[in-house]
Amino acid sequence: MKDSTDSIIRLTAAGTAARIASGELSAVEVAEAHLARIEAVDEKVHAFLHVDREGALAQARAVDAKRERGEKLGPLAGVPLALKDAFTTKGVPTTVGSKILEGWLPPYDATLTQRLKAADVVILGKTNMDEFAMGSSTENSAYGPTRNPWDMSRVPGGSGGGSAAALASYEAPLAIGTDTGGSIRQPGALTGTVGVKPTYGAVSRYGLIAYSSSLDQGGPCARTVLDTALLHEVIAGHDPLDSTSIDAPVPPVVEAARNASVVGMRIGVVREFAGEGYQSGVMLRFRESVELLRELGAEIVEVSCPSFDLALSAYYLIAPSECSSNLARFDAMRYGLRVGDDGTKSAEDVTALSREAGFGDEVKRRIILGTYALSSGYYDAYYGSAQKVRTLIIRDFERAFADVDVLISPTMPTTAFPIGERVDDPMAMYLADLCTIPTNLAGNAAMSLPCGLAPEDGLPVGLQIIAPAMKDDRLYKVGAAVEAALTRKWGHGLLEEAPAL
Amino acid sequence: MPGITREEVAHLARLARLELKDEELDHFAGQLDDILGAVARVSEVADQDVPPTSHPLPLTNVMRADEVRPSLTPEQALSGAPAQEQRRFKVPQILGED
Repeated sequence: MKDSTDSIIRLTAAGTAARIASGELSAVEVAEAHLARIEAVDEKVHAFLHVDREGALAQARAVDAKRERGEKLGPLAGVPLALKDAFTTKGVPTTVGSKILEGWLPPYDATLTQRLKAADVVILGKTNMDEFAMGSSTENSAYGPTRNPWDMSRVPGGSGGGSAAALASYEAPLAIGTDTGGSIRQPGALTGTVGVKPTYGAVSRYGLIAYSSSLDQGGPCARTVLDTALLHEVIAGHDPLDSTSIDAPVPPVVEAARNASVVGMRIGVVREFAGEGYQSGVMLRFRESVELLRELGAEIVEVSCPSFDLALSAYYLIAPSECSSNLARFDAMRYGLRVGDDGTKSAEDVTALSREAGFGDEVKRRIILGTYALSSGYYDAYYGSAQKVRTLIIRDFERAFADVDVLISPTMPTTAFPIGERVDDPMAMYLADLCTIPTNLAGNAAMSLPCGLAPEDGLPVGLQIIAPAMKDDRLYKVGAAVEAALTRKWGHGLLEEAPAL
Repeated sequence: MPGITREEVAHLARLARLELKDEELDHFAGQLDDILGAVARVSEVADQDVPPTSHPLPLTNVMRADEVRPSLTPEQALSGAPAQEQRRFKVPQILGED
């Protein structure tokens, strides 16, 4: 019997790849099923900014031809993927959610894009995001917000809301995000999907449109821990085009996901990730996860990371400072929007007018904040002090990881909030990043995976696992153990409980 | 910590090459004041003997041999330019008339 569109889109990435490799399904059938799903639901969800129908079908046809020739297919060959619009794609629109790049067709592929293509992953299109990845709700996109498939009146998290929503709405089984302060993990938590921020430097940033260079990290998103691991191995690895790329073997994340276990592991609960501002249902599911890990054979210890209380403040000085510098390249001279060039104005005036027209509120706010924090007279008080806090946070992690294998916390203090609720209150929005930011400042690795629904609103809660740098495999070992236990307990994956679209 | 004024926002916007509208100046001045008030806590550690960390990786300059390698053609490099002329980026006047 021929598989229906609905059964195809509900397959895992690993399952899809196995069926394509065996010839049970063609890559073209799989791509068409997902393109049909996008056509059916994306008007409501708005996960995609651009759907590359022709490109996706061409890639899928190439995979089928390869199989017919008897060539060996890679572990994700023919599996569709939704790519965050922060990565350049040759000849395909890349906007980073901003009007300043509207209509731009990059002349080159990001290293990550190249690796996906080389692995025969089928790129369906580019997903919606907060402009320049600045935000925690995907409401800052210049092209309109993405909606949470669990509740269309709520945000899917940010900045990778489009990528996470594409997974949760079965528009794609794989997605790519970028995580500067939590932008992979938060949308994962709010949509009931899995997201990983690999160790800083593990995935090349070449062709990733920079927001905050010392924090930005691309990473894998999927509906299962194993699928996330398979994607992780495709995109990670040394890249000579990125001077911050780590020249070391990729940790065995797929093997770890397949050998899930926490027996004998020491798992730290961070005392500072609790208290005021945390929703009761989030804390309830978190405490249950802690108990579950104990039952599965882990030793749970409480650890204290006192400097984490300053992490949010440090982040909101460091990230804007780096952004004010990085975004200087959008000067209306070589690419991007140009306005006001009427022959009477200077280049400087045209730059200022173009940036005013092309950037949204959050981007302008951070550019001004960063310019201030770096300015003479305030540098030591703000940027300099934030860098000292960064040292203290790294030391907190070092002390904790001397004693435990991984740390755990809720991914976000709350479940998905209503669209519009925090748009005029930047500080309220920034609080969403409380639990995710320390990891970006220190450069280590972290995962969010679904751990249940908050009883008060029926919305997904994320469990965050944090590992030392280059120990990304521990995330998958623990994450897959939690996922297997919860799936057994519920009798199905969490997304099965999401409303039909 | 000093508060941030509307005039200061206007000055910073000029430094950042951002032509902000009047209403944006008012809007941002209030918000930035709140944000700075909240993040100023970092200065609590300023007097401590803590070295700053600018980057999670120890960065070293990466060098490669100076060899010609495949790169973008002039047409590709100019393909996104707002304006071009004679295979060059065309920009507005850079020097004033005076």
